[in-house]
Amino acid sequence: MLAHLPVLQVIVPLLAAPSCLIIKRPVLVWMFTLMVSGAAFLISIALLQQVLASGTISYEMGGWAPPWGIEYRIDELNAILLLIISAISTVVLLAAQTSITAEISEDRHTIFYALYLLSLAGMLGIVSTGDAFNVFVFLEISSLSAYAMIAMGQGRRALWASYQYLIMGTIGATFILISIGLMYQMTGTLNMADLADRLPQVANTKTVLVAFAFFIVGVCLKLALFPLHMWLPNAYSYAPSIVTAFFAATSTKVALYLLIRFTFSVFGYSFSFTTLPLQELFLGLGLLGIFIASAAAIYQTNLKHLFAYSSVAQIGYMIVGFSVGTSAGLMATLLHVFNHALIKGALFLALGAVMYRVNSVQLNDFKGLARQMPLTMAAIVVGGLSLIGVPLTVGFVSKWYLVMAVLDNGWWPVAVLILLGSLLAIVYVWKIVEVAYFIDPEPGTPQVSEAPMALLVPVWLLVAGNIYFGIDTRLGVQMAQSAAQSLFGGSP
Amino acid sequence: MTFSLETMLQLTIFLPLAAVFGILAFRRNPNLREAVSMISSLVVLYFVVQLYTGLKDGEVITVDWLQILPGLQLSFTIEPLGMIFALIASFLWPVTTLYSIGYMRHHHEENQTRFYLCFAIAIGCVMGIAFAGNLFTLFIFYEMLTLSTYPLVTHAGTEKARQGGRVYLGILLSTSIAFFLLAILGTWFVAGTLDFTAGGVFGPDINMTVVSIILALFIFGIGKAAIMPFHRWLPAAMVAPTPVSALLHAVAVVKAGVFTVMKVCVYIFGIDLLDVLPSTQGLLYLAGATVLLSSVVAMRQDNLKARLAYSTVSQLGYITIGALLASSIGVVGGSMQIAMHAFGKITLFFCAGAILVATHKSNISQMQGLGRQMPITMAAFFIASLSIIGVPPAGGTWSKWYLLMGSLDAQQWAIVAVLLISSLLNIVYLLPIPFRAFFPKHDAAPVDNTLKEAPLASLSALCITAVACLVLFFYPQPLYDLATAILDTTGGAIP
Repeated sequence: MLAHLPVLQVIVPLLAAPSCLIIKRPVLVWMFTLMVSGAAFLISIALLQQVLASGTISYEMGGWAPPWGIEYRIDELNAILLLIISAISTVVLLAAQTSITAEISEDRHTIFYALYLLSLAGMLGIVSTGDAFNVFVFLEISSLSAYAMIAMGQGRRALWASYQYLIMGTIGATFILISIGLMYQMTGTLNMADLADRLPQVANTKTVLVAFAFFIVGVCLKLALFPLHMWLPNAYSYAPSIVTAFFAATSTKVALYLLIRFTFSVFGYSFSFTTLPLQELFLGLGLLGIFIASAAAIYQTNLKHLFAYSSVAQIGYMIVGFSVGTSAGLMATLLHVFNHALIKGALFLALGAVMYRVNSVQLNDFKGLARQMPLTMAAIVVGGLSLIGVPLTVGFVSKWYLVMAVLDNGWWPVAVLILLGSLLAIVYVWKIVEVAYFIDPEPGTPQVSEAPMALLVPVWLLVAGNIYFGIDTRLGVQMAQSAAQSLFGGSP
Repeated sequence: MTFSLETMLQLTIFLPLAAVFGILAFRRNPNLREAVSMISSLVVLYFVVQLYTGLKDGEVITVDWLQILPGLQLSFTIEPLGMIFALIASFLWPVTTLYSIGYMRHHHEENQTRFYLCFAIAIGCVMGIAFAGNLFTLFIFYEMLTLSTYPLVTHAGTEKARQGGRVYLGILLSTSIAFFLLAILGTWFVAGTLDFTAGGVFGPDINMTVVSIILALFIFGIGKAAIMPFHRWLPAAMVAPTPVSALLHAVAVVKAGVFTVMKVCVYIFGIDLLDVLPSTQGLLYLAGATVLLSSVVAMRQDNLKARLAYSTVSQLGYITIGALLASSIGVVGGSMQIAMHAFGKITLFFCAGAILVATHKSNISQMQGLGRQMPITMAAFFIASLSIIGVPPAGGTWSKWYLLMGSLDAQQWAIVAVLLISSLLNIVYLLPIPFRAFFPKHDAAPVDNTLKEAPLASLSALCITAVACLVLFFYPQPLYDLATAILDTTGGAIP
């Protein structure tokens, strides 16, 4: 049983998805989905422990040895991602039933959970597999179900947002597919480890360069790196709250994982960083993303939009860490992946609670909300402080390591820019606080009460995570450190 | 019940935070609620005094909490400079609570529970700052102090209060994240440690340019020290109720700023390094300019609290000067100024609040002849003014004296001139207020002579602090001993 954990991680949610259609009763489906996600979470913990205890796990699908058969390969990097995805998914699901009753009509609940599980299985699959083509397959599974879930949002704008995402996402996926095809053409293999062995021999060909370029552009579309982020704000804003919370915390992280995996493990550090000016490019785009997206966030009046732009900015921080090109920089990026999942999960779930009571996340409707929903607003404030990077929250820990990594390279101006970026976060977070705490509600707006426990508990679980991992940083830091070191192996 | 000194140290931080629950529990009964504040403040004072005796006996008191990042621990330790700050804050907390009881009730302020609650949290943070064993711990409590005082600044909830709060939070958070944090990161990067160490943490072979920049980042980043151009938050914070202005914006918050500057100069850089750093001189002049400019601005304010606020900006500049003079006498003068200014300025603010409560006047031009109605308040105002100016028989004399000695010692002639001119300016903007109160101009509107003092609780509080100003002139010895012990790297008992 234990030997089969890598495949169980993916196959359990994948098989559970169609089973939802058999169960049919929404509440039962919800409990079933929650159980499946919880099981995936437990599996990911077990996998992480196995990896930490005995190193990389290689699983041969169907007993076929790689590189002919499909290999599932779990090292520290995958294990962390699996843990983040399944943990966030489970916490978000706790709130799902209550939240979607307000946002999705009841006859679609069963389908919703089936799609949710498919999407979860897709993400877990992308992260677990050691096969390049398999990556594409799972990417499509998770993306297609994502488009459908986003389209379930209220109003017609959800359809438009979903369509926008569909077009951009498909272009991204196609680019990745082209890249994989070119690599296959040059090397005759799809197994990542095998690719890593063979690519250096053909590294100087134009085809490999083109493959690399296609891959980078495709994956950057998926991870919404500025300026390829156009699909993200609308997709996050008009999707059902639960979907937003789940995706904001996980989906861009999966794309970031692909970026790291392919540049470091497949193409190799020296090819990615020395043959091509990837470092300068990513540093520039990352910094631009931080400033432009944060500035855009300041002017948003829809809070889901606001935090979506903030997500684009946070991706900028991760890319800056990546562009440093050292083990310390990569570690900062990975740490921020973990921490940002906690921050944005908490914030978007709290917005879901507001959506449940007020049925709007427009800034105007937040007037005086702090008196009516004190616990929800407090969660938004703590999440916001974490986003700014105030000490004792996870946001501070990420910033600390990121700036340290940048200083290690002697990039003082970049360190200054990173910290200046936090100032913009203060502006957009405080805009919300002022409205919620200091402006009286418009006369005539109905009085609302605090969100139900079913929503508050998951929100505060994530908020507590923000504080706990901001004080006891060992888990996040150790995981990120060992993953970054193993990716760098012997290279600098 | 006896506690070890280590336990007491932690209790000084935890007790104010624990008082929050008591305050919340008795929110329906104001008398009990205020009793909780009062009792916890007295207990904290008792603990701090015990710690002071421990420090005097040469005990080493250190507490380590959990490690947040590798090599970065939350840790606390007691040294003379922190002791001065803790003593001031813990002495003035009960006094201010006494004052608040009179003021808040008489002024019919709303949300008094939130007021006392945030107040207690702020004091807990101040204790954390005072006893912080490294820069990292200090930074955490520094930020918490900003956040916990924000609701106090915006207490009134009006558009004006919100504006003030925005400036307050904007400047304090931005400077601390953009500059202070960068300076801390830089220090960690260059020196590899953030522990406060006697004589500084930077080794002999360092890049002078980098360390110079770090010093500038510290001076600008510690926004609470209100060095121009980052002083605007302090006048903006004057929208807060007067007790808040008194304790937080004359003592706790601003002193947390200059205390941090002092601590960084003495324990991170060390005065020997400061002496040779190229940027010290420029920053010293900046502090001098702050002193003069804000005194000039203060002269032009008609609103009493605004005038006092700018006066605070100016007086804080003295302390930064003391730290940057890089002479041991300067450090003594600066540390004594922390205490002397605290007692002087809190008295002035108490008086301003008392005038507001009793007569609803807030502009200086309306205060002609007020001495007939409020003789005690105006007498206290006079004594405190003397202390701020620095003339006998008030405590401020000593700190100004040592600061002057320090600048002579360091041969900073420009600073000597600044100190002398500034004293004149202090006289110009402070003394006319009590003077005109007792001896109004002949053409002033006639005033009634009925006695109209503030509520007894407030009045007694401002008397206590005014008397303290006088006491500090006659018995400055304990304070002086603490201040000289700051640079005594040998440790051991304080005489």
